[in-house]
Amino acid sequence: MAYGADITLRDPVPFFEDHHYEIREMAQRYAQEVVKDRAAAIDENKEFPHDTVKELAEMGFLGVPFPEEVGGAGFDYLSYILVVEELSRVCGTTGITVAAHTSLGTNPIYAFGTDRQKEKYLRKLASGEMLGAFGLTEPGAGSDAGATRTTAVRDGDDWIVNGTKVYCTNGTHAGTVIITTRTNPDKPGGSGVTAFVIERDFDGVTLGTLEDKLGLRASDTRELVLENVRVPDENRLGEEGTGFRKFMQTLDSGRISIGALSLGLAQGALDVALPYAAERKQFGRAIGEFGAIQERLADMAVGIHTARLACYHAAALKDRGHDINYAASIAKLHASEIAMDAIDSAIQIMGGNGYSREYPVERMLRDAKLCEIGEGTSEVQRMVIARQMIKSIQ
Amino acid sequence: MDFQLNEDQQAIREMARAFAREECGPGAAERDKKETFPTEQVKKAGELGLLGMLVPEEFGGVDMGNLALAEALVEINKVDASVGVTISVHNSLVSNCVNKFGSEATRAKYLPKLASGEWLGAYALSEWGAGSDAGSLECRAVQDGDDYVISGTKAWITSGDHADLVVLFARTDPDAGNRGITAFVIESSWDGFKSGKKERKMGIRSSSTVELLFDKMRVPAANVLGEVNQGFKIALNILDGGRIGIAAQALGIMEACLEASIAYAKEREQFGKRIAEFQPIKWKLAEMESKIMASRLLIRQAASLRDQNLPHSKEAAVAKLFASRAANWSAREAVQVHGGAGYCTDYPVERYFRDARITEIYEGTTEVQKLVIAREVLKD
Repeated sequence: MAYGADITLRDPVPFFEDHHYEIREMAQRYAQEVVKDRAAAIDENKEFPHDTVKELAEMGFLGVPFPEEVGGAGFDYLSYILVVEELSRVCGTTGITVAAHTSLGTNPIYAFGTDRQKEKYLRKLASGEMLGAFGLTEPGAGSDAGATRTTAVRDGDDWIVNGTKVYCTNGTHAGTVIITTRTNPDKPGGSGVTAFVIERDFDGVTLGTLEDKLGLRASDTRELVLENVRVPDENRLGEEGTGFRKFMQTLDSGRISIGALSLGLAQGALDVALPYAAERKQFGRAIGEFGAIQERLADMAVGIHTARLACYHAAALKDRGHDINYAASIAKLHASEIAMDAIDSAIQIMGGNGYSREYPVERMLRDAKLCEIGEGTSEVQRMVIARQMIKSIQ
Repeated sequence: MDFQLNEDQQAIREMARAFAREECGPGAAERDKKETFPTEQVKKAGELGLLGMLVPEEFGGVDMGNLALAEALVEINKVDASVGVTISVHNSLVSNCVNKFGSEATRAKYLPKLASGEWLGAYALSEWGAGSDAGSLECRAVQDGDDYVISGTKAWITSGDHADLVVLFARTDPDAGNRGITAFVIESSWDGFKSGKKERKMGIRSSSTVELLFDKMRVPAANVLGEVNQGFKIALNILDGGRIGIAAQALGIMEACLEASIAYAKEREQFGKRIAEFQPIKWKLAEMESKIMASRLLIRQAASLRDQNLPHSKEAAVAKLFASRAANWSAREAVQVHGGAGYCTDYPVERYFRDARITEIYEGTTEVQKLVIAREVLKD
């Protein structure tokens, strides 16, 4: 291990194959040598990292889990999770940009797209030639994703789409956006919802507010206004009325990547706080020798360790074709919550320096808060987990 | 203990509330974003008497005591924590220190200026190498005739670059540890004083936090506060009061978090009903309210003891420990109640989240509060 070679990352992972170690090391080297130095400035200036995105594409990191024949890097979901983790360890913005592109903007086309859609869009997305985005959330449909109000009305071979999507990650810079629309106003909730792939430069797609955020400030979070957008029926993703179910499946795997984002941020905070605790002297000794600081370090390690196993476990299940609804929610919920706690501890260990923007941990805390909200809030995760539990004994 | 405020204390709170709403509220988000010091707000606070809360009337203060000050600080911090900490430091750490430990001449010279707000104060104790371990400070004061010559660097000094007057702790005996520190009151216009690097912070961004550099600054011996080599005791006594102020800051932020969360939960609908009707949301609001009520009692208790000159180190530490942690918890949950909206700067809770985090760090970290409390409970 070239970076952060402390004991918290030393053990082999039983279900890793050789390529997992290799891709992790490759992502780690790029993250530590290149991305890390850019992180503070892009956050401060809210500047989307176009250069990083271009380099990620060249390295194949924008299509990690997709086969080479569709333009991807030909690895698996676990490999992708490792890439998100290593990037997020130094820069949350880079992590979320890759995660939103891969699991939300690209994976649905890979999983549910027609051959024509794959030919037209997947190759460019999986190779990183263009970025992908995903538009599910609306002003009135957040946790209640089934409350979609954006409409798509049939007009010959096309659909006419009207509505507004909010908090759309990569919305400004994406080539394609996968959106949910209501195609049947008479069917309640998710059953009247259909998904489409639209191109960002289709007529009628305009950019709304660019969100100014607590964290992940350089990531692109955009409102998209859809006004009489004419979408060919061949851009329909899946059957009519199946859009909601498909998106929910997409979110399941997306959740693991938010877990990986959380995990990376937490590990990144430990990477900074651990040497700080070993070096910083107060009362004549290193603060790492005080019981109170040791408790914090140990709790950080336990949280990170268990979150890592939960995320890898969910990703490995997905790679083996299992239903991951339950495992992904557990991974996302646990990782996002321990990330907040671990980074909070890193700040506390570092005192005034932890609160300063000279050090990365305050940024990591701001970034991590999104992980308790995006792709299903903690409240939604607990609901999913509990429902699955109850269902399992009925 | 009496849980009610008297008429004067209530009047101060009402006045602080109006000041916060009218003077601090409108530009708070903008000042935070641009990291602009709240000069106008501080000036207005001076006109209202809010900068002379602990200064006797004979020296131009309103002498309202720590309980009234805490109540006022809750109201101000509820709207703008940057203005809050600026006012808190000026009253609790600076004016209070000059009043309690200054000679008659020193008090007469400086207190009227501080009480009116003509001068702003800063408190310089921390150094890069002396944070929680304040007693290890290295800034040096060497006697030279009737003066002391002070050289060294202070870190994380609130209002340091805007202050006209600084309460400064320096080492007068290099071999005596905590017993070799002396408190001075100095003027920032003196030769040898310079403000250095400005901190770029996660929150309380419109308050100013700077490094102060002292280069052979000549200070008359008459500007010593209290006795020579007794500075550390003075620092601890003054910090007991300051901690009540930071607890009040935490409480103010918490109240703002709850108010914003209630308003949002009542208005936002998901799954066909207001989110206030869902238990996970209700539970968060109930927890916040419980933490607010408990914090308020702890703060009033500590402030009231200090006003009566009764022992209150433990009570002040408990108030700060509890309220600061509660504020961080509440801010995290307030953003959570707001969901994606809370993560965006259109709503104030993201600012509350950033501001709340400092309350567990300054004027004694959470760990230092626990040391103080544990020392008290372990006393024979």
